[in-house]
Amino acid sequence: MSSSNPARRELVLGRDTQAGTPVQAARRRKFWPPGVIASVVFLALLVFALVLPQWVTHYDPLVSVVTQSLQPPDAAHWFGTDRIGRDVFARVIYGARYSLLIGLASMLVSLAIGLVFGIAAGLGNRWVDEPASRVFDVLSAFPSILLSLFVVTFLGQGIINIAIAVGIAGIPKFGRVVRSRTQLVRRANYVTHAVTCGLSRRQVFFRHLLPNVLSAVPVIATIDIGAAIIAVSGLSFLGLGPQPPTPEWGVMLAESRDVLRVAWWPSVFPGLAITLTVIAFSVLGKYLQRNFEGRTQ
Amino acid sequence: MLKKIIVRLLSSLLVLWLAASATFAAIHALPGRIEDVLAGDLSYPGLREAIAAQWGLDHSLGWQYSHFLVRLLHGDLGTSYVMQQPVTEVLGSQVWPTVQLAVAAGLLAFAVAITVATLTAGRGAWSIRIASVLELAFTSTPVFWLGMLLLILLSFQWRLFPVSGAAGWRSLVLPAVTLALPTAGVLSQVMREALEQALDQPFVTTIRARGVGELALRVRHVLRHALLPVVTLGGWLIGSLLGGAVITEKMFGRPGIGTVTLNAVMSQDLPVVLAVVLLAAFIHVAISTLLDVAYLFIDPRLNTR
Repeated sequence: MSSSNPARRELVLGRDTQAGTPVQAARRRKFWPPGVIASVVFLALLVFALVLPQWVTHYDPLVSVVTQSLQPPDAAHWFGTDRIGRDVFARVIYGARYSLLIGLASMLVSLAIGLVFGIAAGLGNRWVDEPASRVFDVLSAFPSILLSLFVVTFLGQGIINIAIAVGIAGIPKFGRVVRSRTQLVRRANYVTHAVTCGLSRRQVFFRHLLPNVLSAVPVIATIDIGAAIIAVSGLSFLGLGPQPPTPEWGVMLAESRDVLRVAWWPSVFPGLAITLTVIAFSVLGKYLQRNFEGRTQ
Repeated sequence: MLKKIIVRLLSSLLVLWLAASATFAAIHALPGRIEDVLAGDLSYPGLREAIAAQWGLDHSLGWQYSHFLVRLLHGDLGTSYVMQQPVTEVLGSQVWPTVQLAVAAGLLAFAVAITVATLTAGRGAWSIRIASVLELAFTSTPVFWLGMLLLILLSFQWRLFPVSGAAGWRSLVLPAVTLALPTAGVLSQVMREALEQALDQPFVTTIRARGVGELALRVRHVLRHALLPVVTLGGWLIGSLLGGAVITEKMFGRPGIGTVTLNAVMSQDLPVVLAVVLLAAFIHVAISTLLDVAYLFIDPRLNTR
């Protein structure tokens, strides 16, 4: 906020002086920082591996060649082979599918519920706001892993259930951000003006309020998906999610624990895949947060 | 001031009451009879009758609910039907290794965060860049993978520490480091930001003008300002250490609350999971509340607002 009265300046200039759309911001700033480029490239490769794993590797992640067990990394097996002779590189590549999609699913669970409660809390009077905010307080009173474990005890184990369990633990994060965002936007000048101009409540909500609340979502979603991927891999490591021989990264790490003494590669590469993915999401998320916060004026 | 404290205490009590009610509602929302839900796959003579008696299942729902709350108030967390003994006994016998682990990890995380933040805050682009890359790496690493890397290097390659178990202080080192590093990453981020803010204050110039050395300035004068925002993270810290203990204990084969919880989840031993979850929420809320109240005394500015 460089000007003392941004709303006035906006009227004078006839356009938005804040961050605005991604295109405007990109025009202002010629180059992306190298960390962001690296993250985008890495995530693009990951999505490619997710869609077309057979183009990346010709090994089957499930076929074991017993004579080839625990081979260290070499030209044939880039990441070596595991205890029963499966190619670790192929398993990491095919694993992107499970780890990313389960993480994405649980983020969407948090997003959907957090969005509904957050907007209701931000728009409603205190009889709506108080209960919704207390729901967030109660959910965040439980440490998130324990809350997920509690939900898994109820729902039972399995891929879908751990996605729901991790998603429920993530609700308060989204809910609180969306709530404060909604409160900011509803007091913004353009919303007041829209009301003054005589637009109906529905028009104000769908044309002005909702798009500007939603513009904050990509940022939190990107940051949250990393946390969701870590949480999901933790639950799979504990054996509550996908079961062996599924090439999910957490499951691979759990399996590699038995051969840790003799072979480092079955455990180093899947873990590296998780860590790099989470780093990429968090670098990208923080960059988005700095540059595309959307309009609240 | 008194009013603020009372409001804070009441809202914490409200959250705890809602948390307990939520678990009660969750149990009743499950399809099937509560006896069957709580018994899971178990069945032995007298089990269902015991559950019915304990939960007062032949009474009205309102009676069951108030009975449930009264039981919690008396510290009665129910009975593990798998292990056939009171949950308090089950947890009590396992609490010590987890406390050791959590305390060691918490202290270590603090020590690392304070050191890194004090040495790097406001000191040129490079030291900050290196510190923030490290923080990013540690906060993005799954706890159990960190544990595996430490095991590979320190236990199998260099044979410095035992691989698993809970005998002696040497077996505590690797689990504590594993649990501490991700927490240290978060703490260090927060602390460095706070330190940098404090370093901009006018009093820093005054102290520098007196000729106090940079390190002494940071350790003796600036650090206490940076610690305040960290104190508010206390509740979160305890929660994340308790949660992380589940995975760390499994990773290193340590006994403790985490291992008990995980076994209970696996065997659908609902009373045990319920007790651990409620206990964790209680500890988390109690500590956050205490810190918030303590904050009012530490930082007089909060009273004027």
